[in-house]
Amino acid sequence: MKFFNHLTFGQYVPSESLVHSLDPRCKIISVLVLLTGIFVVKHPAVFALWGVLLGCITAAARLPFRLVLRSAKPVLILVLFTASIHIFFTEGDPLLQVGFIQITRQGLIMAAYMGLRLLFLVLFASFLTLTTRPMELADGLERLFSPFVRFGFPAHELAMMMTIALRFIPTLLDETDRIMRAQLARGASFDRGGLWKRLKAFLPVLIPLFVIVFQRAEDLAVAMEARCYRGGAGRTRMYPLCWEKKDTVALGAVLTLVVLLVISDRRLFF
Amino acid sequence: MSIKAVNLGHTYHPGTPLETCALKNISFEFDRGTWFSVAGHTGSGKSTLAQHLNGLLLPMEGQVWVDGMEVKEKSRSLQEIRRKVGLVFQYPEQQLFAETVYDEIAFAPRNWGVPENEIPQRVNLAMEQAGLEKNCLKRSPFNLSGGEKRKAAIASVLSSVPDYLVLDEPTAGLDSYSRKELTSLLVRLRSEGMGILLVTHDLDIALQFSDSILVLQGGTQVVWKKPQAVLEHLQANPVPGLKLPDIAQLSAALREKGKNVPLTWQWKCLKTALFGEK
Repeated sequence: MKFFNHLTFGQYVPSESLVHSLDPRCKIISVLVLLTGIFVVKHPAVFALWGVLLGCITAAARLPFRLVLRSAKPVLILVLFTASIHIFFTEGDPLLQVGFIQITRQGLIMAAYMGLRLLFLVLFASFLTLTTRPMELADGLERLFSPFVRFGFPAHELAMMMTIALRFIPTLLDETDRIMRAQLARGASFDRGGLWKRLKAFLPVLIPLFVIVFQRAEDLAVAMEARCYRGGAGRTRMYPLCWEKKDTVALGAVLTLVVLLVISDRRLFF
Repeated sequence: MSIKAVNLGHTYHPGTPLETCALKNISFEFDRGTWFSVAGHTGSGKSTLAQHLNGLLLPMEGQVWVDGMEVKEKSRSLQEIRRKVGLVFQYPEQQLFAETVYDEIAFAPRNWGVPENEIPQRVNLAMEQAGLEKNCLKRSPFNLSGGEKRKAAIASVLSSVPDYLVLDEPTAGLDSYSRKELTSLLVRLRSEGMGILLVTHDLDIALQFSDSILVLQGGTQVVWKKPQAVLEHLQANPVPGLKLPDIAQLSAALREKGKNVPLTWQWKCLKTALFGEK
């Protein structure tokens, strides 16, 4: 009876692939470029090409395709919701009319586009978390945002907060699990009664959890200060990021591909 | 009236890369009014074992019986088993949540459906047993001292009036005085007819108070015997991570040097053997 057995958070999948070894900055920029590309193109043939590209990256990252698809599962509802809104609320040539509900040709096309776009968006973005360690990701973001530090942007602080948050998700899940068991042992039940009763049954879990979270935060702050942590200024790294030739090549390839796709899309469409 | 495990086995995350066998082929039995200890190093499966005894974990292999009721999924008696077997987790003070100590201790009996007019009596009894001062009742459990918090947490389990009490490393993080208080509480509960199961890595306490001891190593059963026999076994076949008490080591060393002393963990016994009655 492990309560959080099936949750996969920050699902980094270690592997020795080329994609894994790329600099996180390269991966972040590439994903941004890809996402922009996805929202610009309109032609069905080009959408098919996105699918091919997705397959290629999956192969290059040596990830099982099923695993990549599974990462889109949580947003499937959102995709379906968006698609159905477009189906029912787009004006145009009616194909089918039942009462006040009408489905139009344009609506169906829009629904397919938006659904696919969202799906691709999530799938491409998931490569980032699938192939990059959370710490590397935070490091990469910090470095990318570092030019804005002079305008007062807290790049290091944001990266540090992100790292800490990611680091403590599994710990807190364990704590929750433990407290739930302790309260079950004292006769609490979380799966009986109506909604209100169930919500109330969670109080004995939430309160100790909050106490623990604040305690942990305080401990961590003291531990960091005791080791002279004082923010980002002058701080060096154990594993400094290093931009290599392959990063330049990979980023160049992605840029070229996306530009080509967008141009061909324009040619086909107009 | 006893708790019995027959060939108990448990595997975490079966069928995934994280699959780990936590327990295998564990069998033991202990009665009410006795003290049974489970000793083992970190990761030996002793906490997993403790959670099987009141159905928080269900046996994947073998069976667990509490007073003749089998612990299994969707069993009607599962709630009844949870009431009979009180479980005190490691660092139990972390489960405190109520506004006052009174409500905290009343949480369990209210869950078991004890009528509200009987609850004050239950709370008082549990507080007395756990050795908690009466003036704590109206205070917030979060404002108690560390030792008092632990006592409040134990009282909140005792208020279910369990027939067995399972404690997972209850002395962790306590000073030696609080430790003595806790062990004497457990001795008292045993004499009142409660079955005590103590999960610990501290052989000192296990040998001193237990009627029988089960030693675990890597999820398997090393030995289940009376304290003296367990000491002899561990002396002959040491288990990594389980340190024999100092006196036991001393007596073993003396025996090796040819001294005629018994292998023991009791200073009194060793002293008598060395220096005679005086």
